[in-house]
Amino acid sequence: MVNTLERHRDGREWLASTLVWIAAALVTATFCWLLGDILWHGLSHISWTFLTAPPQNAGREGGIGPILVSTALILGVCLGVSVPIGVGTAILLAEFTTDANLFGRLTRRSLDVLSGVPSIVLGLFGNAFFCKTLGLGFSILSGGLTLACMVLPVLIRSTEEGFRAVPTGYRLSAAALGLSRTTTLVHLLLPAAVPGLLVGLVLGVGRAMAETAALIFTSGYVDRMPESLLDSGRALSLHIFDLSMNVPGGDANAYASALVLVVLLFAINGTASWLAGHWLHRRIVTI
Amino acid sequence: MTLSSSNTLSRWPTDRLLLWLLRGAAAIAGAIVLLIVAFLVMEALPVLRHVGVARFFTDPSWHPAEGLYNLTPMLWGTLFAMVGSVLIATPLGILSAVFCHYYAPPVVTRPYRKLIELLAGIPSVVYGFWGLVVLVPLIGSIHPPGPSLLAGIVILAIMILPTIALMADASLANMPPQYMRGAAALGLSRWATIRGVVFPAAKSGLFTGVILGTGRAIGETMAILMVCGNVVQTPHSLFDPMRTLTANIALEMAYALGDHRAALFVSGLVLMGMIVALVGAADWISRGRIYG
Repeated sequence: MVNTLERHRDGREWLASTLVWIAAALVTATFCWLLGDILWHGLSHISWTFLTAPPQNAGREGGIGPILVSTALILGVCLGVSVPIGVGTAILLAEFTTDANLFGRLTRRSLDVLSGVPSIVLGLFGNAFFCKTLGLGFSILSGGLTLACMVLPVLIRSTEEGFRAVPTGYRLSAAALGLSRTTTLVHLLLPAAVPGLLVGLVLGVGRAMAETAALIFTSGYVDRMPESLLDSGRALSLHIFDLSMNVPGGDANAYASALVLVVLLFAINGTASWLAGHWLHRRIVTI
Repeated sequence: MTLSSSNTLSRWPTDRLLLWLLRGAAAIAGAIVLLIVAFLVMEALPVLRHVGVARFFTDPSWHPAEGLYNLTPMLWGTLFAMVGSVLIATPLGILSAVFCHYYAPPVVTRPYRKLIELLAGIPSVVYGFWGLVVLVPLIGSIHPPGPSLLAGIVILAIMILPTIALMADASLANMPPQYMRGAAALGLSRWATIRGVVFPAAKSGLFTGVILGTGRAIGETMAILMVCGNVVQTPHSLFDPMRTLTANIALEMAYALGDHRAALFVSGLVLMGMIVALVGAADWISRGRIYG
């Protein structure tokens, strides 16, 4: 009796640990397959000329120079708009509202929903609002503004946590010295909260750079070197999509572009988790 | 920590100015969602008004040029892809987290966690590209044509797995240590501890991860657009090509005009509704029953 129970239990133990190991092996194998494939096919095409030359023959030949510039410009617009709004909102939520405050609660709830909005829906909105209603057309400006809506929730959450990590003593001492709240904020809280802000910034850049769907109908497809922010410009992720779907024979350059994008993103996410680990002493979940 | 509120006693006018600036920023940030909904509704309204809601489900087919707007094949496509990928990714993701915490030798834990984080950082277009050049030909050689519901499910599963695994990992890390000590004192085996103590205690975190993953699966566009074949039909087998709501928007928005364009905004509204419901569910779970 005891023996059969023991054996039954051992069997289940064995089964469970086999399953767990198989799951882990499966995940690792998929990861290696995916990354290995991109490394293997992409590495041979990467060169300095590839990174700087303009694409030719619809991208089959040539490089990704103008596309990298467009990507950087879109990111610049995105951050230029989202950082002031995001930091302002984070300060208000962390320093100037109680948990019971209605305005604060509504803002938070609305940001929760915003972080879940599918990127293609953001693209629809960007097309209707920035391109049509505001008359910006297919442009780097429209694309950057659309992405700004997308990264705001990440940026705000991370910055807010940065402010909440500042010890209460700072605020009490400042109040006891009779400093104005503006002075306290600018000279004490903001410098102390910089790590949270930076983590949010880096995560936001990563998110924006990986985005494709929101950009198809906002920043457009044009692969020339952009001359102003009102020009259409093709982002790197969109370039990969276009080469693999619409350009027969574009796979080689698509592989190389994918490798560039993945390396950039790994570097960005690595920076974020390094910053979080060293300054905030916590782990971040990059979802 | 809040030391000041709107009835601040501060005498400095700059403080009042600052507060209004911050309120302005927060108002903009908070209003974006309202603006999105408003614009979706505004753009969708013409077609909703003279075609009606019912015809989006009862029309014989999706031929917007001829005024036929049946969204149901795409709705089924979205639903099948979502359910399939969540069914695959949930056990794998949760077992991954369990592996990290209770099975992996200490040397493996850190690299494995890093690997999952890297997997979370790969953009969807790269997943889609890999699916297109590796997975689709593979499926095609087993059962033509290749671009299919199955390819979509597999790619989506790989994409949402890190989300589920990382959330599960975080909620396992938050387990009160005395639970584990209690289980050890009772002489429970490893799997019995996990099944009887860890899973019930981490339930809400695990659910939240699955819901977040589901949200990603519904909203994903590029990867699914690249591997699913994009034929407007309700898939009858795993190997049938199909089209999701999101892919439909991405494919047709470029040339859609008038009612056709408005119909695409209707599908945007449908997606938005799904996401709001999911966010509500996640909120309810994480607030109501933590460690319940």
